[in-house]
Amino acid sequence: MDNSPSAAVLRGMKEAGVDFVVSVPCVNLKDLILMVENNPEIIHVPVTREEEGVGVCAGAHMGGKRTAMLMQNSGLGNSINALASLNKLYGIPLLMIMSHRGVEGEPVCAQVPMGELTPNLLKTMDIPVFVPASKQEAEDMIVEAMFTSQEKRSPVAVLLKIGFWRL
Amino acid sequence: MIRIDAIKVIADKAEKEGSLLISNIGIPCKELYHVCDMPGNFYMLGSMGLASSIGLGLSLAKPQKHVITIEGDGSILMNLGSLATMASQHPANYLLVIIDNGTYGSTGDEPTATSLYTDLAAVAKGAGIKEVHTTNTSEGLMQLLEEVKSGVIVAKVQPGNAQVPVINICPESILERFRAEVSENTK
Repeated sequence: MDNSPSAAVLRGMKEAGVDFVVSVPCVNLKDLILMVENNPEIIHVPVTREEEGVGVCAGAHMGGKRTAMLMQNSGLGNSINALASLNKLYGIPLLMIMSHRGVEGEPVCAQVPMGELTPNLLKTMDIPVFVPASKQEAEDMIVEAMFTSQEKRSPVAVLLKIGFWRL
Repeated sequence: MIRIDAIKVIADKAEKEGSLLISNIGIPCKELYHVCDMPGNFYMLGSMGLASSIGLGLSLAKPQKHVITIEGDGSILMNLGSLATMASQHPANYLLVIIDNGTYGSTGDEPTATSLYTDLAAVAKGAGIKEVHTTNTSEGLMQLLEEVKSGVIVAKVQPGNAQVPVINICPESILERFRAEVSENTK
């Protein structure tokens, strides 16, 4: 079994029944995006911007898919209006798997402002947040996050910090 | 031709063919609701700019269904990346109709860039979409809808809103009704 953090995230996504994924790259998502692209059971749509991804996933949900977005937390800022006036308004689930930059171990100073704001932005938007500290926890929490998303008909976020990718 | 004339032509065709319709935010939604309310209509009430993306996601999730998005010039200008994604995915069952009246019709007819130099058909072609067509008449639009099942149609119309009532369905019911229709149609 592949013991990498990316493989644990993918196992969680598959257990959660994710069959439609949009992605915007982050250096920490490099392996995961490739795994998703190569998985025949998942439709993968690389998008140009996270807000666009929210729209594509909403359409896929209307077509009966279980959707996830692979993104960096900086993309949360690009998505806020859509998460509120599309997902929250109609009750559309979405699993956001977010590389959380700008936290401990961050080498790029430009990532820090949005990195620090991210948990509070999610809280303000009443978006449930899951922060796994281990690979097993990531696998389990992604399943739980998807369940919450479907149950609450709301977007949810799984935050994967810089340290997670070094496990 | 003004916007509601183009919407009527598209809705008639969608009704005849059983195509699913995603409608852009604002007055376009209300005009569609007024001319032809069907369970296969999704009325986008918020998230300006995302109509083309919602239609693309739906068409990829349901390749056996034909999907048409009724888009506007102001809203596609907010999300031009969507044209690049559409070109990369090029689903055979997805048609994006951009009704271009050169203004933000729902907010007071402020001019958009297409009233000056921006050519949305050229932008769509430049994004890599193979099938791009343009028309400025109802008859031309009718003819194109007979022949073209995927890609982009830019329908140039005059500015102007019809006096139509608000949509009397709550967002959750719009979605529930639409999703039921989508799964019903693909049994």
